[in-house]
Amino acid sequence: MRRRTRALAVLVAVGLVAPLAACGPGDDGTPELTWYINPDNGGQADIAASCTEAADGAYRIQTELLPRDAASQREQLARRLAAKDSSIDIMSLDPVFIAEFAEADFLAPVPDDVADATTQDVVQGAIDASTWKDELVAIPFWANTQLLWYRKSVAEAAGLDMTQPVTWDQIMQAAQDQDKLLAVQGAKAESLTVWINALVEGAGGHILENPEAPADEVELGLDTDAGKAAATIIGEIGTSGVGGPGLPSEDEPASLTKFQGDRGSFMVNWPFVWSSTQGAVDAGSLDQSLLDDIGWALYPQTTEGEDARPPYGGISLGIGAFGKHTDLAYEAAQCIVSPENQAEYFVTNGNPAASTQAYEDPDVQEAFPMYDVIRDSLDQAAPRPQTPFYNEVSTGLQQTWYPPADVDPDTTPQQSTDFITAVLRGERLL
Amino acid sequence: MNAGPPAEPAPRGRHAAPPTASEDAPTRRGATTRAESRAGTGTDPRGAPDAAAKAARSDRARAEARLGWYLAGPAFVVMLAVTLYPILQAVYDSLFNYKLTAPDDRAFVGLNNYLVILSDPVWWKALWVTLLITVITVAIELVLGFALALVMHRAIKRLRGLLRTAILVPYGIITVVSAFAWFYAFDITSGYVNHWFDWVPGIGPDLNWFAQQGTSLFVIIASEVWKTTPFISLLLLAGLAQVPGDLEEAAKVDGATAWQRFTRVIVPNMKAAIMVAVLFRALDAFRIFDNVFIMTNGANGTEVLSLLAYRTSIGQLQIGMGSAISVLLFLCVVLICFVAIKLFKVDLAGARGEK
Repeated sequence: MRRRTRALAVLVAVGLVAPLAACGPGDDGTPELTWYINPDNGGQADIAASCTEAADGAYRIQTELLPRDAASQREQLARRLAAKDSSIDIMSLDPVFIAEFAEADFLAPVPDDVADATTQDVVQGAIDASTWKDELVAIPFWANTQLLWYRKSVAEAAGLDMTQPVTWDQIMQAAQDQDKLLAVQGAKAESLTVWINALVEGAGGHILENPEAPADEVELGLDTDAGKAAATIIGEIGTSGVGGPGLPSEDEPASLTKFQGDRGSFMVNWPFVWSSTQGAVDAGSLDQSLLDDIGWALYPQTTEGEDARPPYGGISLGIGAFGKHTDLAYEAAQCIVSPENQAEYFVTNGNPAASTQAYEDPDVQEAFPMYDVIRDSLDQAAPRPQTPFYNEVSTGLQQTWYPPADVDPDTTPQQSTDFITAVLRGERLL
Repeated sequence: MNAGPPAEPAPRGRHAAPPTASEDAPTRRGATTRAESRAGTGTDPRGAPDAAAKAARSDRARAEARLGWYLAGPAFVVMLAVTLYPILQAVYDSLFNYKLTAPDDRAFVGLNNYLVILSDPVWWKALWVTLLITVITVAIELVLGFALALVMHRAIKRLRGLLRTAILVPYGIITVVSAFAWFYAFDITSGYVNHWFDWVPGIGPDLNWFAQQGTSLFVIIASEVWKTTPFISLLLLAGLAQVPGDLEEAAKVDGATAWQRFTRVIVPNMKAAIMVAVLFRALDAFRIFDNVFIMTNGANGTEVLSLLAYRTSIGQLQIGMGSAISVLLFLCVVLICFVAIKLFKVDLAGARGEK
């Protein structure tokens, strides 16, 4: 009996200690860096493997998967970092919460030489998104932007010259006249904020006038002509039915499905839709004729004659402030964001590079015939408000600009301003 | 271990009544006989045996109580650690303005968080939606659950096991999984419901169930009913099994119809079981989270209290405000328990078959 008890005790001890052993350095003493990645098609894991190989024993990169949507990624990272989790060495950060993390001192300061090296030949939008209070706080990795995707047949029938910039009014009219559906992201989610921001910026305004201000001094720029122009477009799409019945629950993948369907006409969406549609054609679930019918252009203009400000997205790499090997982590980050890796990632995973050099890669140009439009769009793109209170602002917008059919230019911008201001002052619940 | 002399004839009027709880009975009964035989004729035939009982308790019962504490103590400590401590922590946190990503701005605000919550329409809207879902689901489930319990109760012995298993299947499915299943079934792009039921007026390929409050709540409530009716029916089945067969037979002999037997004999005899089922299910329904989180995430006026608490503390990392909402949610649950037990006189002991 006693022997059995002892055996049990040994088993329990091994069970408790063995998992802890995994936290330390590898068997050979090589420091292990943990990279928290957002879900993709395996591209970041591949880069981790190739950088581990290139490090030649200096470090080993191991990846950990974050949840799918940006809000949940932020939640998990913030919770861990608030508890000073030392296991976070490198993290793939959505640009919208970089300011919040930097303000909370969750990110290790970027050494000057690393900052210089990783901002060479990088699109300005990506540098801006990784900067907080005039200092680079994260390393630009890949940069995303939305394009206007269209069915050539529909545009042609409407007599639109797609080589020239088009306006929201034009595409709404074209879709409506042919009884087609416009694919936009009307779901009550982050994608709605992306849309609102692009429309407001496209009309020359900003959601926040002073994004760096403290919570109770933040001023909103919604109750302006720009805000009203944005509300007019969203309300019109919501009430006219051109967005289809699925609009209030439509996210990016749902938009793509609608665009690929019989009533597809125009869609604003990220470049992943190209590789995704191509994959579906290769797999035989969609016709080649559909792929041949798809065209692309710069994001539609909010106001005729004024440059559109397409949405900016992507991922920057943050280095955890509480990791044990921040210097090695910066070394690894530099390897990860090398233009070659970015080009490879672009081709295999469909996520556009932040480095302009990557766009010269023949493989990129072959896989993404619209590479030049993407680069132009990145130059024109407007980031969402960079503020530590982004989450409050974004959720506040989603509460007040939803569903699209209820958006009214005369009331929504005003209500939205009052609501978000009250929330930021701690006077209201979100 | 012998019983000492009747030391303290303390005021024990309450205990003069016959013992109700079964565990007390043997000790006291034994003590009473012993005390009576020794004391012979006491001046107060009721006071003396009672005092003796008290004395007897002080030794034997005390040892038993001590043993009870040894046995239950560890569990009690664990319960304190995992429930009381977090509750107290939440109460403490709720007095602060504290955001996880701005730890330096933490400030004591007293009851201000509660003030903000209770004066905010968002809270009241979420409360009404939660109550609406609770009342409707419990009402439907009670009727459906009763029917299922009767079917299981009356089923031929050979079929009983199979029936119970079949009815229990939905309850065995993880709530998140069932929420996803229902979501995908009703979703406008991937769902099949619109195609299967387009012969029903109002349902067609263009119906987006998750775009309006009414239809969203319908799907949420339907999935909740589907998922938890088995639970209520099992509780009711246990109650049905307790109804004495001879009562029913007597009623039958007296010429009562099936409906009369049901309303006059069966239901009154399982009142405790029904009340417990309603209470448990009401508390469960009041905490609804998964279905709403997966299907609408609170859009279209479907936000419930637990989702509001989750969004505030986890989504916005507002620990202070989130804790305050959680504390209020906890108080609501306590209130429901209190109302159910006091107002409807739910007797948990009765449901356990101790009466």
